[in-house]
Amino acid sequence: MPETSRDLQLTADGELRHFLAIEGLGQALLTRILDTADSFIEVGERTIKKVPLLRGRTVVNLFFEPSTRTRSTFELAAKRLSADVLNLDIGTSATSKGESLSDTLLNLRAMASDMFVMRHSQSGAPHFVAQSVTPDVAIINAGDGRHEHPTQAMLDMLTIRQHMKTFSGLRVAIVGDVQHSRVARSQIRALNTLGVDEVRLIAPDTLLPHEPEALGARVFHRMEEGLRNVDVIIMLRLQHERMEGALLPSESEFYRMYGLTREKLAYANPGALVMHPGPINRGVEIESAVADGPQSVILGQVTNGIAVRMAVMSMSMGGQLNERQSGTGEGVAST
Amino acid sequence: MKWRVDNVHPVIDGEPAAEATSVLVVDGRITALGADLSGERVEREVDGAGQWLLPGLIDLNCHLPEPGSDRGGSIESETRAAARGGFTTVCTTPDTSPVNDSGAVTHLIRDVAARNGHTRVLPVGALTRGLEGERLSDMVGLTRAGCVALGNGGHATASSRVLRRCMAYAHTFDIRLFLQPENASLASDGCAHDGLVAARLGLPGIPEVAETTAVNELLMLAEETGANLHLGPLSCARSVALVRAAKEAGHSVTAEVGIAHLVATEAAIEGYNGTFHSRPPLRTEADRRALLEGVESGVIDAIVSQHRPSDKAAKLAPFPETQPGLSTVESTLSLGLERVAAGELSRGALLRSLTSGPARVLGLEAPAIAEDAVADLTLVAPEQHWTPAVRSLYSAGPHLPVMERELPGVVMLTAVDGRIRHEHGGDGS
Repeated sequence: MPETSRDLQLTADGELRHFLAIEGLGQALLTRILDTADSFIEVGERTIKKVPLLRGRTVVNLFFEPSTRTRSTFELAAKRLSADVLNLDIGTSATSKGESLSDTLLNLRAMASDMFVMRHSQSGAPHFVAQSVTPDVAIINAGDGRHEHPTQAMLDMLTIRQHMKTFSGLRVAIVGDVQHSRVARSQIRALNTLGVDEVRLIAPDTLLPHEPEALGARVFHRMEEGLRNVDVIIMLRLQHERMEGALLPSESEFYRMYGLTREKLAYANPGALVMHPGPINRGVEIESAVADGPQSVILGQVTNGIAVRMAVMSMSMGGQLNERQSGTGEGVAST
Repeated sequence: MKWRVDNVHPVIDGEPAAEATSVLVVDGRITALGADLSGERVEREVDGAGQWLLPGLIDLNCHLPEPGSDRGGSIESETRAAARGGFTTVCTTPDTSPVNDSGAVTHLIRDVAARNGHTRVLPVGALTRGLEGERLSDMVGLTRAGCVALGNGGHATASSRVLRRCMAYAHTFDIRLFLQPENASLASDGCAHDGLVAARLGLPGIPEVAETTAVNELLMLAEETGANLHLGPLSCARSVALVRAAKEAGHSVTAEVGIAHLVATEAAIEGYNGTFHSRPPLRTEADRRALLEGVESGVIDAIVSQHRPSDKAAKLAPFPETQPGLSTVESTLSLGLERVAAGELSRGALLRSLTSGPARVLGLEAPAIAEDAVADLTLVAPEQHWTPAVRSLYSAGPHLPVMERELPGVVMLTAVDGRIRHEHGGDGS
């Protein structure tokens, strides 16, 4: 039987060796990631923004889906850790039309790669790689299908902690396209694990999973009810394809019902944080006055992204190396 | 050839007889049953002490990947696996490559099966050309070439209009239809049951209504056209209820369930376990229970293997890209017996749904252990156990629902038309 995410991600000592998903990671480990990230924020403020933690290590950015922001923050994070970085933008077609995903990765592994930062359109792709292809290369999930985007969630957690100091007692609402959102799945798990009071999802049924309670959240259909007494509001990005898929009538109707305007923001607790993983669709998910307003922490989220990625990269590399030295690693799966 | 099984309990209507007897087989038929046939001189004597002698098992849904690529087995390898599983007859699905939508392909399958097969092979032809759901296949030609039924091979026919015409045409010529109910637009890009596990894993879901709306549509169209409809594999409780209601209303529909759906649920795909990627998807525990109950009550006529061998590489990919299907034909009977041992299914219902049930679907006489019956026979040691392991399997597809776990029931011998095609221990198995 395959391992669960938890078994797959951790060494025998409970150290991180892959970072695939928030699911399966405990509160202590998530807190340690946040603490480590906090310590790296200071590095970004130095004149020479480097620490030697990954010196001599090769990190391959493997993006099977296009991305600019996430990829560049990973690249910066790796460079600040002094790693050698190789960026590969591989359209999904490259693997579907010939070389299999396994073969591509085995080839890269043969080039003495130590870490793959991987984004893929299929849920579970990094899990598959960590389990069956290259278990001895640290895999960092940079977003897989609709499954998880754990580094994005952790940087959001860092932002929340910076502003709120603690997670206990918080009510957090996640608004928009939960069904197709890997960010939302990671956020819900991280928030629950870190001990918030309540996670709420606010969306029409077409943008929710068939059994949304499975994710560990309370479902609301209307902003006025869902935002009541909330301390943090996370707006999700709405993809244009959702209109073509007959999930929504129009962007303007979505904005009318779920767009975060000053008026709707007033339902939440005074001083509630407004967050968005970006890039923002102004006038679709959020009113400009709110996005640029005093309660918005959207730009801070971007700066935290580098620190969080440095944290998970250095921690996973450490776990992998310990595993290799102690010889308890599984070695390479034969394929 | 003349041979005899002694001290064996013949299974009659799913129940092993209390008294042991001897069974004599001569030239493909059972010629005598009795307490003492030892006077007969035979070429082989088989000791059947403590064993059941069943009419050969019939599998209505078994994918034999020939014609097709060499990967993932052949008619030879997969019928050998089927014979080891106790099957003497397998119906092979039309989704070969090329698709079995012409008499030429049907003849090819039959020729190869006659030459290399270890069981009877009954081809199921494609309902539409290329299984594309647009134009009718050469339906009469296919049945004349030897197809026992026509089906969609798991490729849903998207157009209700085409489906209605297929049914009307099939009815005209009294052609049996094997249809897997799936509403293509509702199933869409789904790859797992649209439930708790898929929501957590972020897998695109196949909702239950993708099946139930199709079951409803097929039942309505069959009622209107008079077509002879066999539905399945079914995957959910509501489908069982719909078939039950149709049967109670007097419709002549029949139905099947795949063995995997009786032993596993959506929980099996945790950790993105591609082995359990199947179509229809594995659903909830309540669905599994309802399917078992459907078999018990006879609403579901047949348990099928829904054997889909695939090579290792076909499952070595991110979950949504893995090939759906399990390799089950070797273990169907044992997995069923395991459910019997667990108290989830009666022995009689299990054995009937592997013998007389599927025979009825095919319009065959009820198979029996009786004088003058065709000697398609399966000898089973119910008290013995075996453990499936990749190296010892006959099938080219190594993806079983159960591996490295002891299963009850060893098929000691399988005979087709009086010829012994599998024998336990015969070649080190």
